Amino acid sequence: MKAETRKVLFEPLVVNNPIIVQILGICSALAITSKLAPAVIMSIALTAVVACSNVAISAIRHYIPNNIRIIVQMTIIASLVIVVDQVLRAYAPEISKQLSVFVGLIITNCIVLGRAEGFAMKNPVWPSFVDGLGQGLGYSLVLIALGATRELFGFGSLWGYPVLPLVNDGGWYRPNSLMTLAPSAFFLVAGIIWAVRTWKHDQQEQADYRIQVVHRTETQ
Amino acid sequence: MPRDKERPGYVLMVAALVCVVCALLVSSAVVLLRPVQDRNALLARQRNILEVAGLYQPGQPVDAQFARIEARVVDLATGGYVEGADAVRFDIARTARDPKASDAVPADADVARIHRRPRQMPVFMVRGDAGLETVILPMHGYGLWSTMYAYVALDGRGERVKGVTFYSHAETPGLGAEIENARWRGSWVGKRLTGDDGSVRFDIAKGQPAPDAADFHVDAISGATLTSIGVENMVHYWLGEQGYGPFLARLTSGGG
Repeated sequence: MKAETRKVLFEPLVVNNPIIVQILGICSALAITSKLAPAVIMSIALTAVVACSNVAISAIRHYIPNNIRIIVQMTIIASLVIVVDQVLRAYAPEISKQLSVFVGLIITNCIVLGRAEGFAMKNPVWPSFVDGLGQGLGYSLVLIALGATRELFGFGSLWGYPVLPLVNDGGWYRPNSLMTLAPSAFFLVAGIIWAVRTWKHDQQEQADYRIQVVHRTETQ
Repeated sequence: MPRDKERPGYVLMVAALVCVVCALLVSSAVVLLRPVQDRNALLARQRNILEVAGLYQPGQPVDAQFARIEARVVDLATGGYVEGADAVRFDIARTARDPKASDAVPADADVARIHRRPRQMPVFMVRGDAGLETVILPMHGYGLWSTMYAYVALDGRGERVKGVTFYSHAETPGLGAEIENARWRGSWVGKRLTGDDGSVRFDIAKGQPAPDAADFHVDAISGATLTSIGVENMVHYWLGEQGYGPFLARLTSGGG
């Protein structure tokens, strides 16, 4: 694999992660990560959509008139999302019900349109595919970490299998019900962002304003 | 590459082409996946019926478990069975839209706001050593936003509720959608729907019921008054003369 391709594929995992660095796709990261299984299915769905939409848009990028490009991108993304939704309904009906509107909302997931407009419109098909895959995997990494943590501490299980025996079932673990609620994902995402920025100093942004003492001469 | 990409004719052509290709993609996905989805829908329906009857055992094949259930189609006007009809694949929503298979409900009788009532409805029964054990009646009615579809399981004498489940609705998540909540559905179990005189006395409301009405009372869902009223109306409609009244009368008089 060429160095360039490797960079496009692996950079979004940590260095340029869509969730924790670009801060995109937060809404679905909060909504569907209370358990591991829906988080994994959502990750696969989003990765498939962003990779395919990047390929399709990159393939016709020279033919898309500039003034309708966003609508063309949205049409392609929306069609792919409907296809993915139908596939999930056919082969994973239970999880499709749990994900409910959030599969449809992949259409408005900023990652997908962001990659279409920011990458696929300017690059050939193969790099665009790799880019979509990389961004999807970066999103998946965070989603799966959130799903695993929240299910483990919120329900004492992983993928539905009991890991920590619950007090209700005669065990010792009292589930942390905060973990079952959406705000916990916010705290976890914040924790991950903190950890990554401590590790990679160059991600720390300069403050826009600094509070400092100013000498003023006031007229009276 | 086209020379002038911003010419209106070219823009329209690209837009039309993109639409046609995307439409083909979407419609072929829907058509090709329909059989698998239908099969899933059938299994889900069978599982719902088993669950409301309290018979569902997770991990066992649903088809095999469903063999215990006697599925019949009932003619609502007479309360008699319709021979040779497929109750499991009966599509209530589609039948209600079909002018040949349904009747308009007069406005003053349309308690559940369903507008059209199918002439026939499926019912499901479980028989045991002691005769008829459970009767499962599909019901539907309008809540706050949507038509709610439910199964209500009664004991063999049609007196007390054994279970209820809502399998399709679009009520507000977190409020009206709490009709799916297992604890709330559990509060139905053991309740009576009709009084000794045969009138429907079932009542969903907030607060303490009168002592003689406690047997017919289910506590309403907080923050979902209109959905709760819709559910109560649904039960009233379907147990009345317009609904399963004639069928239940025939069943309990020993004709089942």
